[in-house]
Amino acid sequence: MARNNQMARNNQKDWRSRRDVLKVAGAVVGGGALARLVVQPAAATPAMMEEAIRSFVGQAAIKKGKVKLNIPPLVENGNSVPCTVSVDSAMTAADYVKAIHIFNEKNPQPYIISVALGPRAGRAEFSTRIRLADSQTVTAIAELSDGTFWSDGADVIVTLAACIEETTH
Amino acid sequence: MIGRALVHVPPTAKRGEVIEIKAMVAHVMETGYRIGVTGKPIPRDIITQFVCTYNGEVVFRAEFFPAVAANPFLSFFTVATDSGTIAFSWTDQNGTTKVQTAAITVA
Repeated sequence: MARNNQMARNNQKDWRSRRDVLKVAGAVVGGGALARLVVQPAAATPAMMEEAIRSFVGQAAIKKGKVKLNIPPLVENGNSVPCTVSVDSAMTAADYVKAIHIFNEKNPQPYIISVALGPRAGRAEFSTRIRLADSQTVTAIAELSDGTFWSDGADVIVTLAACIEETTH
Repeated sequence: MIGRALVHVPPTAKRGEVIEIKAMVAHVMETGYRIGVTGKPIPRDIITQFVCTYNGEVVFRAEFFPAVAANPFLSFFTVATDSGTIAFSWTDQNGTTKVQTAAITVA
């Protein structure tokens, strides 16, 4: 299992390298920040997002491009963030988008939504509203009928996080 | 509890036209991560599945997680093939299902 994870990481080195560098830099410079993360077990981590993505994608390579994740870069209220995912695809019987998944790094769970579509959709696009607990990177992954996976990420700054509003229950 | 559903389907369309469909349902989508006034966590209560069928054929399916906002909204596309019924169904974690239908006339 650990070996598989290692392999997954090696496969993806090209688009993970920058994050890895930042992670190392963060560990060296921001020891304090890291300690704060440790005492927040209720939040997912980028590593958990990786794991969640792998649970859908398996060992396949994920390429950048084709997918467009449209989400506002700055949102006031993390309880309802509009987002649209569109995939560049002809949506014919031979070449279509099978599924689109959205993941996050810092909500309590890394999953947001998974949709399944097919050539009947005509256009590979959907919109929804999601919750974001913190400023973070949101990732959309599309699975095409030929078995390839494509991704896009977007950084979102959230000024009022979801989950912290007053409860009246 | 699943509340009122609101769906929008164009009433008429040309054959082969790509139409936009919007669907929203009233639901709290309680995450299970919030703490209530008594200090106890509020139990999770979410819709987990959404299915849209066009004359019985599934055209769009979604799986929701707690990170989907309250009153889950979706907009998506489908090809208008024949006149008939577009049905929407939402299923919550307890298996309760809410169904809403809309008619479409394809010229």
